[in-house]
Amino acid sequence: MADLRNNFVGIKSPNPFWLASAPPTDKAYNVERAFKAGWGGVVWKTLGEEGPPVVNVNGPRYGAIWGADRRLLGLNNIELITDRDLYTNLREMKQVKMNWPDRALIASIMVPCEENAWKSILPLVEETGADGIELNFGCPHGMSERGMGAAVGQVPEYIEMVVRWCKQYTRMPVITKLTPNIADIRKPARAAKSGGTDAVSLINTINSITSVNLDTFSPEPSINGKGSHGGYCGPAVKPIALNMVAEIARDPETHGLPISGIGGITTWRDAAEFLVLGAGNVQVCTAAMTYGFKIVQEMISGLSDWMDAKGHRDLDDICGRAVPNVSDWQYLNLNYIAKAKIDQDSCIKCGRCHIACEDTSHQAITQFVDGVRRFEVMEDECVGCNLCVNVCPVQDCITMVGLEPGMLDERTGKTVDPNYANWTTHPNNPMARQAAE
Amino acid sequence: MGTTETGILSGRLSPVEYEKNFSDLHPPLDGHEALVAADRCYFCYDAPCMTACPTSIDIPLFIRQISTGNPIGSANTIFDQNILGGMCARVCPTETLCEQACVRNEAEHRPVEIGRLQRYAADIAMRENRQFYQRAEPSGKSIAVIGAGPAGLACAHRLAVKGHDVTIYDAREKAGGLNEYGIATYKAVDDFAQAEVDYVLAIGGIEIRNRQMLGRDFSLADMLAKHDAVFLGLGLAGVNALRAEGETAEGVEDAVDFIAALRQSQTRADIAIGRRVVVLGGGMTAVDAAVQAKLLGAEEVTICYRRGKEHMNASEFEQDLAAAKGVTIRHWLQPKRIIARDGRVAGIELDYTTIADGRLTTTGETGVITADHVLKAIGQTFEADGLGIITLQSGRIVVDGEGRTSLDRVWAGGDCVLGGEDLTVSAVAQGRDAAESINHVLAAASQPAVAVA
Ligand SMILES: Cc1cc2nc3c(=O)[nH]c(=O)nc-3n(C[C@H](O)[C@H](O)[C@H](O)COP(=O)(O)OP(=O)(O)OC[C@H]3O[C@@H](n4cnc5c(N)ncnc54)[C@H](O)[C@@H]3O)c2cc1C
Ligand SMILES: Cc1cc2nc3c(=O)[nH]c(=O)nc-3n(C[C@H](O)[C@H](O)[C@H](O)COP(=O)(O)O)c2cc1C
Ligand code: SF4
Repeated sequence: MADLRNNFVGIKSPNPFWLASAPPTDKAYNVERAFKAGWGGVVWKTLGEEGPPVVNVNGPRYGAIWGADRRLLGLNNIELITDRDLYTNLREMKQVKMNWPDRALIASIMVPCEENAWKSILPLVEETGADGIELNFGCPHGMSERGMGAAVGQVPEYIEMVVRWCKQYTRMPVITKLTPNIADIRKPARAAKSGGTDAVSLINTINSITSVNLDTFSPEPSINGKGSHGGYCGPAVKPIALNMVAEIARDPETHGLPISGIGGITTWRDAAEFLVLGAGNVQVCTAAMTYGFKIVQEMISGLSDWMDAKGHRDLDDICGRAVPNVSDWQYLNLNYIAKAKIDQDSCIKCGRCHIACEDTSHQAITQFVDGVRRFEVMEDECVGCNLCVNVCPVQDCITMVGLEPGMLDERTGKTVDPNYANWTTHPNNPMARQAAE
Repeated sequence: MGTTETGILSGRLSPVEYEKNFSDLHPPLDGHEALVAADRCYFCYDAPCMTACPTSIDIPLFIRQISTGNPIGSANTIFDQNILGGMCARVCPTETLCEQACVRNEAEHRPVEIGRLQRYAADIAMRENRQFYQRAEPSGKSIAVIGAGPAGLACAHRLAVKGHDVTIYDAREKAGGLNEYGIATYKAVDDFAQAEVDYVLAIGGIEIRNRQMLGRDFSLADMLAKHDAVFLGLGLAGVNALRAEGETAEGVEDAVDFIAALRQSQTRADIAIGRRVVVLGGGMTAVDAAVQAKLLGAEEVTICYRRGKEHMNASEFEQDLAAAKGVTIRHWLQPKRIIARDGRVAGIELDYTTIADGRLTTTGETGVITADHVLKAIGQTFEADGLGIITLQSGRIVVDGEGRTSLDRVWAGGDCVLGGEDLTVSAVAQGRDAAESINHVLAAASQPAVAVA
């Protein structure tokens, strides 16, 4: 059995699956249920300042997009931080941590960008026995209008400043949660690192409008005929989150900075992908909100079985393993040539590969062969783009097969060069030409 | 519980049982079910289902329209090709047509439920009486359509769309052809056939004259004198004779007459059925008669077919349906003699058959089945009264690819023509295509001659 125990900046949990700060972690009742179901840790729903708590809208908070069979693909929300009294939360956190000493309990915090605000809340949190804090610099709606959340996360200087205060006023590990609503994710990560953060976590939700009601012309979710942009999460955001995690993991300035990966994680596979791209653990919100806490059982067994099958003993064996393979486009090997291949036995003859290639790509797939409906790749036209693979409804029916060095590429009439060669030295590259001249 | 008394009796069941037995065979999909079913369509390119549909409905498109919440647009797509798409969705043997071609069979052995999805969209549009077609400018031409079955109705509708005036003549009391008098009760509940006739006629420009029989009330020559063109959608009005001894005994009935009476009954309780029923034949009519006999409360129903299972015209699905309803299907049995007692059927003697040298022959062995009701479903025939010198072959009208007969200005389609499939949907396709051909010819004839330099 693979060892799934997680040690993230000194915070220990029996597995790397944490619940992200959100409704599933808003109170003791939910968190107790989550721990019973097997979650390794939780980041408590973001706490605000002492005093009257924030209020939420009293109408719908969620918008969504769906795939086939109404499978939830993307969720958006206009919920704010916790709308419960600070002391109620703190009391419950303390009790839960006492009940579940082996699980990680992190306090997410968002208070105004003033030293005193942070200075006064940190001891209160520390008193609960929480294992660490997460600074919510991500919430993209509502709180950002009040100069908090993403409004801080979008200004690297503020991040650095707040992180510094936190490191100064608490002994707890500090995780800085980043907003993806920014052009270059490396900048806030670097700022957090300069401020002395122990780790970053990402992504928080993405600015979004999921849909518009075509009868009332109101964006959804609609509050009395009006809508506001909300934060997007769920399976649809995973690719964006993976890229941002990878960017930080391979940036020489932040390389090695612990990352808690968040965004669209729904299955053990998603989680494993975050881990190999450099995350030390993962956090989940939408998948739990869609299916309930039980999904963690699938995640634990899936990750563990995959690690066993591949001979990985513990999380350190896999963490960051894919990072060296994330490259800039300019360094990709232009001498690597692949062609699509259609397995006729599993082909159901829907014709989608043909029409995709015919209408929108390279006219490289037949519709008829000798008058019979049959879809075959014409290697002399195939550029190896992979579109057909992605539109085919049958898994593994179409695969990309790399040509071995020395083989003929029927499209170009050239044999495959065994040597690596990239754009930086390509004759068509004006920069390369200049350098040569 | 009803009665199992011997003899041909009505009222064998309680009203509740009749109600239950003759309800919808495939209940309609609700909105949620339709979305789930529609999601399974892959939106195939040049989809095999579309090729398999005799009316070439753009199936991937109409399913996509359902899945995007546009059932009205979906119905429009369906009706563009098949104005009787509502009935076809109910009666088509989809398992041998579109659904057989569905690529989902390859991987999952379970096709997209095309028929039920088609019904979903068509029903919504018909319920809301959404009409998608307007008549073109009046052409000044008039066309006689003889026969108000699927072929005639499809032809009349398309002609009306083109701006022609259409008069439909039909021998029966009501329009609809076998949709009204033949299709199994549980396939077209709630008087759907008449609702569909009304929906088709709503375009305007179509007049129906019922109780007008070609050969009795008028001849083809009369029609040609009155109209610019004639379409014959006569179906098969005759039935084959059994040519077995004792055929005239009381209790021997044509299955089509039995079904027609059942279709016209409001309560079914007035339809008399035997205790032990033997149905002769191997096609759709035999199965429908047998199943409905069972549903009327017959204790034993046996289909006797003179060839093997593989030769039966009834589809696998129909045969399974019969079996599920408790009908026994026996093969290689051919009627020899009706055994009568006091002029009434008491049983049937059958010859065992086999194929020898490629021909069906009797083996010499015989058997007897006790029966008080015998339904003949051994094939229908075309009756050509009043048609004059039109070319027939194998007893049916010969037409070309566009539905033209051997006579000038006369087209034909549906069951009455040679080479048909005897399906509602094929009749619709042929009626529609004949209308296009008629329109083409009439339009060409009324074009002023243009000098070609
Ligand atoms: C019992 C039974 C069950 C069937 N079930 C199915 C099924 O489930 N699915 C399926 O696809 N197909 C089924 N069929 C076949 C289908 O009903 C026919 O293929 C279809 O109705 C043919 O259409 P049509 O317009 O050619 O003829 P018909 O529907 O037969 O219509 C012909 C019309 O012409 C009229 N007519 C006939 N002679 C004259 C005359 N001399 N003068 C004036 N009018 C005349 C008739 O009154 C009738 O209205 C079934 C057939 C039968 C008999
Ligand atoms: C309803 C809702 C409320 C959220 N509230 C918070 C919050 O209070 N603090 C926070 O840091 N993130 C909050 N998030 C963001 C999540 O913690 C998480 O970063 C995001 O949803 C991406 O992960 P997912 O794709 O697994 O949902 C919230 C998300 C949702 C859906
Ligand atoms: S063949 Fe089946 S899957 Fe393909 S378009 Fe037709 S219904 Fe859809």
